[in-house]
Amino acid sequence: MNNAIDIRMVTKTYGTVTALKAVSLSIMDNEFFTLLGPSGCGKTTLLRMIAGFEDVTQGDILLFGQNIATLDPNLRPVNTVFQQYALFPHMSVIDNVAFGLKMKGLDLPTRTARAGEMLEMVHLSSFADRLPAQLSGGQQQRVALARALAPQPKVLLLDEPLSALDLKLRQAMRMELKQLQQDTGITFIFVTHDQEEALTMSNRIAVMSAGHVQQIGTPRDIYETPVNRFVADFIGETNLLEVDVASIAGDRAQVILPGGHAITCSTATHDAGRHHLSIRPERLTLVPLGAGMEAVVDQVIYLGTDLQVLVRLDGGTPLQVRIQNAARTQVPAPGSRIGLHLEEGAARLLAD
Amino acid sequence: MALRSVRHYPSFFSIAMLCLIILYAPLIVVMVYSFNDSPSITNWGGLSLRWYFDVFTGPEAPRFRAAAWNSLTIAVLAATIATAIATAAALAMLRAGKFKGRSLTFALINLPLMVPEIVIAVATLIFFTMIGFTTGYLTILIAHITFCIPFAYLPIAARLQGIDGSYEAAARDLYATRAQSFWLVLLPLMAPGVISGYLLAFIISLDDFIITNFVKGAGMETLPTAIFGSVKQGIKPNIMAISTLMLGVSILFVTLSYLINRKGRQSP
Repeated sequence: MNNAIDIRMVTKTYGTVTALKAVSLSIMDNEFFTLLGPSGCGKTTLLRMIAGFEDVTQGDILLFGQNIATLDPNLRPVNTVFQQYALFPHMSVIDNVAFGLKMKGLDLPTRTARAGEMLEMVHLSSFADRLPAQLSGGQQQRVALARALAPQPKVLLLDEPLSALDLKLRQAMRMELKQLQQDTGITFIFVTHDQEEALTMSNRIAVMSAGHVQQIGTPRDIYETPVNRFVADFIGETNLLEVDVASIAGDRAQVILPGGHAITCSTATHDAGRHHLSIRPERLTLVPLGAGMEAVVDQVIYLGTDLQVLVRLDGGTPLQVRIQNAARTQVPAPGSRIGLHLEEGAARLLAD
Repeated sequence: MALRSVRHYPSFFSIAMLCLIILYAPLIVVMVYSFNDSPSITNWGGLSLRWYFDVFTGPEAPRFRAAAWNSLTIAVLAATIATAIATAAALAMLRAGKFKGRSLTFALINLPLMVPEIVIAVATLIFFTMIGFTTGYLTILIAHITFCIPFAYLPIAARLQGIDGSYEAAARDLYATRAQSFWLVLLPLMAPGVISGYLLAFIISLDDFIITNFVKGAGMETLPTAIFGSVKQGIKPNIMAISTLMLGVSILFVTLSYLINRKGRQSP
């Protein structure tokens, strides 16, 4: 089986600046794949190179086995949903949606019918004759989607398409996008800096930073078994502690926490020495004193669904703990001493 | 305390009035006296359109008609060619990325705006003489195209600068060739700037006197040079009528250019 996209050792330089450094990754057919990273990490550059808007300095881009790296954008069977939608302001909604079909040489009845179906799919049939400027941001977003899907591309590229929408709409659109991907069976490549978006929609995520792919995996992999400090820090909230490694055996390590407590954790590194340990705040639980670690409560922050408890280990290392704000939850008093429990293997030792 | 508005500065009103009078009194006098019934240019003899009829049917009418035809055809041709060149120049300057000598090119395109017109006039004449080009209709046209380019360029480039590159990218992404993306997407978006540039170039060409007078050669007249020739033999009221007509055409075109530009700015 062919992959939808194979990126092979792709490098992109602008003058003396290197935006991408020998990136390789494969995207499977019918996958919702997300390129995630902070701004300037090269994710948009990579997407634009797949679309054909940027030249590839070095390397190959394969679309179902065919090298497209040097093809003009109009010769690549991929379509893009742009960040600011880029709907043609002088054309009606239906003409926008039919544009790609017209350029492909389909006759008028066929393209009108297909564009009509697309508008129906995004629930905008009654807006066909409006101009884009007469639509709301959310509606424009749907037109952009319909326009990009109408020519039935082999891969759909989405460049932070939700970033211009307000929060409620953004959350609704996430579900809709995911549904659309499953219904059409088209491979989606989604670019975002929003880790929540990436976690909720993707089959797999490539976390990028400084022109490198840091880690590729399912949302669960990325969140629970990050390979390095950047990924652990970028995805979700975490406590990063510098620890001394006592011993490493296979994918398990024994480390000494500041304060002297020893714990067993999973590990992404096999080098002894000092490394960062990631402990997710929700994996820590508050327990009665006497079992396990001990800490002093500094502050309790009310977050609605959760409570964030800031504590300090003996020796002064601060940690944050998330506990559910359930009816039976006992809220610890600031200044009190409490016990902390960490499930075995819930912490992760990271490579740098 | 709020800052005092400029309106409340001392003698704001009188200075404003003085400026307006200096600017517009001569124009108003010419416009009013073009409707004078008297053959004198200073004495008021009642309201009439006789000098307007004189422009079209009087003794100087054939000369004016030929000159007006030259002016009009030169203006249309010069504006069309200059607009095409300016559009290409704007695309190269704003869509070709950074290239060596970009600032120099920008300066070269806009140089005619800064160089004194008389210098261009003399230089153009010397150039045509040196290469042995017979002065006449064609030399006027070439000279007009040259100095019209920067006037057409400015509104076109201003418009193009405001058009995000993602529209062209979207067109290319949706299987449009380079040419289709230009004709179907970019040009319609640029249209207000292009039309505005065209009208500006047209009016600049229509009004030009200095350069035209140098490169026109014997026996060739455009409207401004014909008016000047007529005035040299004494100012008659028909000159006021023809001037008023030209003023009307100029105002019409400048207004059109302004309106089109403004309408363009409202849409993205």
